[in-house]
Amino acid sequence: MGIETGTVMLSIIGPEVVLVLAALGIMMTDLFVKSDSEQPFLMWIGFVGMLGALAVSASFWGKEAAYGFYGMVVADNFSAFFTTLFLIAGGLTLLMSSGYVRAQGIAAGEYYTLTLFATTGMVLMAQSTDLIMLFLGLEVLSVSLYVLAGMAQDSTRSAESSLKYFMLGAFSTGFLLYGIALLYGACGSTRLADIGSVLAQKQILREPMLLAGMGLLLTGFGFKIAMAPFHRWAPDVYEGAPTPITGFMSVGVKAAAFAALLRVFAGSLAALSPHWKELLWIGSVLTMTIGNVAALRQTNIKRMLAYSSIAHAGYILIGVVAGGSAGTGAVLYYLLVYTLMNIGAFAVVITIEQKGEKNLNLSAYAGIGSRHLALGAAMAVFMFSLAGIPPFSGFMGKFYIFSAAVKEGYIGLTIIAVLNSLVSVYYYLRVTVMMFMQEPESGAEEAAVFFHPALAGVLLIAIFFTVQMGLFPSSYLQFAQDSIKMFL
Amino acid sequence: MGLISLLIFLPLAGAVLIALGPREKPGLLRGIALTTSVATFLLSLGLFTRFVAGEGGFQLVEMRPWVPGLGITYRVGIDGISLFLVLLSTLLSVVAMAASWSDIKVRVKEFMICLLFLETGMIGVFVALDLFLFYVFWEVMLIPMYLLIGIWGNPGRRIYAAVKFFLFTMFGSLLMLVAILVMYFYHGKTTGIYTFDLMSWYNLKLPLSMQVWLFLAFGLAFAIKVPMFPFHTWLPDAHTEAPTVGSVLLAAVLLKMGTYGFLRFNLPLFPEATVMFVPLLAGLSLVGIIYGALVAMVQVDVKRLVAFSSVSHMGFVVLGIFALNVEGMTGAMLQMLNHGFSTGALFLIVGMIYERRHTRMIADFGGLSTVMPVFATFFLIVALSSIGLPGLNGFVGEFLVLLGAFQAEPLWAVVAGLGLILAAVYMLWMFQRVMFGEVDKEENRGLKDLNLREAALLLVMVFFIIQFGVYPKPYIDRIEPSLKLVLKRVEERGAPLRPAAATAAEKPAAATAPQHFTTQHHN
Repeated sequence: MGIETGTVMLSIIGPEVVLVLAALGIMMTDLFVKSDSEQPFLMWIGFVGMLGALAVSASFWGKEAAYGFYGMVVADNFSAFFTTLFLIAGGLTLLMSSGYVRAQGIAAGEYYTLTLFATTGMVLMAQSTDLIMLFLGLEVLSVSLYVLAGMAQDSTRSAESSLKYFMLGAFSTGFLLYGIALLYGACGSTRLADIGSVLAQKQILREPMLLAGMGLLLTGFGFKIAMAPFHRWAPDVYEGAPTPITGFMSVGVKAAAFAALLRVFAGSLAALSPHWKELLWIGSVLTMTIGNVAALRQTNIKRMLAYSSIAHAGYILIGVVAGGSAGTGAVLYYLLVYTLMNIGAFAVVITIEQKGEKNLNLSAYAGIGSRHLALGAAMAVFMFSLAGIPPFSGFMGKFYIFSAAVKEGYIGLTIIAVLNSLVSVYYYLRVTVMMFMQEPESGAEEAAVFFHPALAGVLLIAIFFTVQMGLFPSSYLQFAQDSIKMFL
Repeated sequence: MGLISLLIFLPLAGAVLIALGPREKPGLLRGIALTTSVATFLLSLGLFTRFVAGEGGFQLVEMRPWVPGLGITYRVGIDGISLFLVLLSTLLSVVAMAASWSDIKVRVKEFMICLLFLETGMIGVFVALDLFLFYVFWEVMLIPMYLLIGIWGNPGRRIYAAVKFFLFTMFGSLLMLVAILVMYFYHGKTTGIYTFDLMSWYNLKLPLSMQVWLFLAFGLAFAIKVPMFPFHTWLPDAHTEAPTVGSVLLAAVLLKMGTYGFLRFNLPLFPEATVMFVPLLAGLSLVGIIYGALVAMVQVDVKRLVAFSSVSHMGFVVLGIFALNVEGMTGAMLQMLNHGFSTGALFLIVGMIYERRHTRMIADFGGLSTVMPVFATFFLIVALSSIGLPGLNGFVGEFLVLLGAFQAEPLWAVVAGLGLILAAVYMLWMFQRVMFGEVDKEENRGLKDLNLREAALLLVMVFFIIQFGVYPKPYIDRIEPSLKLVLKRVEERGAPLRPAAATAAEKPAAATAPQHFTTQHHN
């Protein structure tokens, strides 16, 4: 492959370095924070760190792929795309956490530090070109999130969430590691490029060890993206975790896992695609169907969004199955779109949520649209977008995914997917029904709205992009296309 | 920005203005909304004056790249088929704004925003010449209508009706989306050009096996919207629960999108499949005509009665289209406009008595003609127009549809004629029970007759009802060339299949098929 591997090239992991420095900065500053009112300062350190990392990662854009740490990490367009996505998700999460952390009495220093570490892990995953490095990135991400999920110390649900996430996460990591080991056994390397070139010789394509390794790897990733049948952890974990973290997990972890999935499967395991495409086809159908059908029955908004997030993983998998420039591009575009609209939806949930996990039930949303039109309208936009109704970005994302699938001849899969969208419309509409068409039951206290300027900022950004990416998707589609050149 | 784009975006601009306006002054908001829609209507008259009569192709076309990477363009234009539907939308939007004046008292701001969004959607659907753009408008329209029914509808079952409306329509459209994508890639693979441009798609020759599936996918979306039997069940609910204005626009404009879709997409894109499916579509529309009329007859709620009469009337439109001759299709086109005015007016009338009595049950009324003479006059004209009295609009359209149906298959005309008789029965019987006889309910004695605003609204509708009835020529002159173009596309490709279809129905083909079909039999 002619990779220049002989140097360390610290600049390649520039974004990670900036993020870690900011995280350390927060830890140090936390020592001097005396009152609650100084907490936002910590958040802003993190936010500036995110911006700095974004600037570094942007400098990689459009250049020749550069390798560092003896070929363990790479800075290319693909990693720059995902780094941008993670930093958007992370930055918005920080903004919407600011008021929440204070209101819920969560230890701010640790919270922001871990959020930055989790983001570091994600960036590392997108940059890794070696299965070992991928694993390290995943662990940095996961361990931070295990703790973050349990940060709401007063809440037993949060503790449950943390423990569940940890147990299942550790379990799934086992699968992943075993898969890596088997792949190494079959191919003699953990370098993605080397694995690719070994497979290109086609002699070992039917090797059981290789296929088993591929299957285990798929299982490991399946857990992280909550692909059915490995999705069972998601609703409980999402429900119990602090709401901004739930939002972060639903977009960031998913995107990171998809980045890794694409690098490994669409990249080096491309020769095995008949096998894994078949598995992912089934996985995609199961994931979206189970996610959507289960979401119909939810009364807790966080659980509903958890199942919805499972369903969206199913749609994204269609893009992976379709492959090619259209399919892979669609995956990237969809992840970007999904990040902004889903974070937006979570920002609304946070606005309405009260201390002690109150107002998470759908019934608490009754009449909000008439009392707070802007908030209701924002939620309606996110819901319609998630349901895939034009002119919002969610529609464009689905359209792009479906068109890739039709292009590659997966018409059956597309029909299953559109029928799934129809099912999903019902539960997304229910939120708008509650907000605009129903009044709170008499006697029930009206849900007060928790307003915070940073939160309003998140909402504005999310709304803007959800509309703008839907109406003028061209440049974003191009961005996605430019990011995947190396798979083609 | 061209005239058509201006029409699309003006209501949106009005909506933005209202969104920024003060909630405490509903009068001001109503004023902005009304001004916007009046301005849009006046502008849309420019379409009529600029439109060159006698030409069948698209005119005033505007094009702008939108998502060039995927071959998506912002392409709009009108032909004889869409011209009057756009005018109908803009006119009825004005009527709707004015009609909501006393009806809607809560959340006026949101209501006006929804109406203006809806207007944009309606105009957009009729002018879009890019399949992607069409799909976007087609779906966008669901949101405001859903909100109109769900927020301002009748307290009882509005939510059920709104969600049902949304899900039914969405079901059809999603399959249409898949069909659009299949077409898109087929076009791309055969010609090398990836585009959603309808004009290019018209030149595509699809294999019959593909046409069948695509026809069904597009057809389902349109059949649900029309709605054709057996997909009509959302309509009575949506109509009954919607606020007056919602019902008016739903009946007058939204239902037309289904029949418009058949004319614009199904017939010219899938000509062979069209000929193949004539028996199915004509059969379903005949069932719809009779079924809608019979069910309308037994309704106790006036609004529900009008809703079911819509199912019957729209059956006529579909029948006319699938008669596949100029007479039938022209009749169908006129009937689309007629139905917009008559049924729109009927819903206005129902709304007006509902505002006075807060009931729509036929049994609660009786003898209203003595209490409200002006109202009674309007009601009578509209009711007669709905049943197709000569001299009023309904007659022209229905007559042409029957003529076309007779040429295609005499039995169709017989059954459809029966539907006309039934229409007279349910409409006149209802009118008799509501308007004539003794005033036997105390509450009905003090009812006020129409005020100036209400009378003006109905006057507008009645004006067109009469004008269409006595002098439909200006409309037919502009509609016919475009329909002939559609028909030519169907004939050229679908004709070889025609005899087979006719013999399947055990009819001598040459005797019934219109002249232009028989000319190509040697193929």
